[in-house]
Amino acid sequence: MANDKLLIQFRNKEIIEKVVRKIKEESKDLGKIKIMHVCGTHEWTITHFGIRSLLPENIEVIAGPGCPVCVTPASEIDALAELSLKEDVIITTFGDIFRVPGVKTSLMEAKSMGGDIRIVYSILESIKIAKKENKKVIHFSIGFETTAPTTAIEILKGPPKNFSVFVTHKLIPPAMEFLLKTGHKIDGFICPGHVSTIIGVRPYRRIAEKYKKPMCIAGFEPLDVIIGILNIIEQIKKGTYYVHNEYNRAVKEEGNVIALNIISKVFEVKDSWWRGIGLIENSGLKLKNEYEEYDAIKIFDMNIEPVDYMPNGCRCGDVLKGIITPYDCPLFGKICNPNHPIGPCMVSFEGSCSIAYKYGRRII
Amino acid sequence: MCLAVPAKIIKIKGELAEVDVGGIKKEISIALVKDVKEGDYVLVHTGYAIAKINEEEAKELIELWQMISF
Ligand code: SF4
Repeated sequence: MANDKLLIQFRNKEIIEKVVRKIKEESKDLGKIKIMHVCGTHEWTITHFGIRSLLPENIEVIAGPGCPVCVTPASEIDALAELSLKEDVIITTFGDIFRVPGVKTSLMEAKSMGGDIRIVYSILESIKIAKKENKKVIHFSIGFETTAPTTAIEILKGPPKNFSVFVTHKLIPPAMEFLLKTGHKIDGFICPGHVSTIIGVRPYRRIAEKYKKPMCIAGFEPLDVIIGILNIIEQIKKGTYYVHNEYNRAVKEEGNVIALNIISKVFEVKDSWWRGIGLIENSGLKLKNEYEEYDAIKIFDMNIEPVDYMPNGCRCGDVLKGIITPYDCPLFGKICNPNHPIGPCMVSFEGSCSIAYKYGRRII
Repeated sequence: MCLAVPAKIIKIKGELAEVDVGGIKKEISIALVKDVKEGDYVLVHTGYAIAKINEEEAKELIELWQMISF
């Protein structure tokens, strides 16, 4: 919401205190509750506004695998870095992934070695570059359901012949289900607001019912998040497990139908490797065969073997699964900080370690 | 990456629109949303509007919580 008067209300101390009082009342006999969110922007809101400090001791809110940059396999970064040095190509990427270390190198290092790698804000910019240049342009298409339709729509429009995409889009609900299936203790989910503007409410419903876990789609203002937490606590108390849509000012039941149609026209679902987590069934997207002329993986015959690689001592995998908080990593704030990041969770602006370091209260 | 920012649509030019993001003017694509008009608020992600923001729903939520006493 950009309307300033309304925005102020979503940060209104009195209203927030009211919700916090209700959370305290409702949760007092519940024992330890662990609520997971799966969005870097939620982590930002929670840490920046100190929401954890408002909650009773028995309520823990943890971050899950909500940072697309953090879960992009190291081997994919290596493959693109290598391609940029071997072939006469331009690689375009979103700024966040530029500094993330692969196994051998980062894209930033590849650039310093002569690779033509350019940071773009949007796939639109990347297409503009392809129109101007003779070289082959490869766009590193990372991101969840929020970003996938922007890639899909440009492929459908028929971009220039020298343009292709390296698709590594991932889907959030299968990752949520994976964590539940593999026995992680999670009592409820705050569902990601922006992803939900695209996918709507339905995809979460099946998981909520199957695993009997309350869920709440929440927006990104402090009041949104705190209402989301309250809703999950109320559901736990009542023994219900439905998906509440707190962010109904932007999220519709059916999601963004235009975007969903475009995604299913261009992509098909595949099993996908999540860095620090492993292989998750049906959790990624790839281009359909009919669009293979734009598929960089096929054009450049890239054979990428996923490797389970994190730099030595880095515990990003456990951070991404919500097993530990950044503060529990022995390297946090000591040798690992935003100026000298060790793992992807400290590199990305949406990574939990970076957010904890910049905005957290418990900075060492 | 999943970040989206609210923006006000100033002028629509086909599939593109000029928007105001916190005082800064930007050109974005509105190809992924329908029924948007000048003056509407949208969420913008990597250069595309991905959802229209319904201010009425936001107002209702606030009013509800203003009324509740606890
Ligand atoms: S603090 Fe650094 S080393 Fe530790 S988990 Fe986070 S990114 Fe990895």
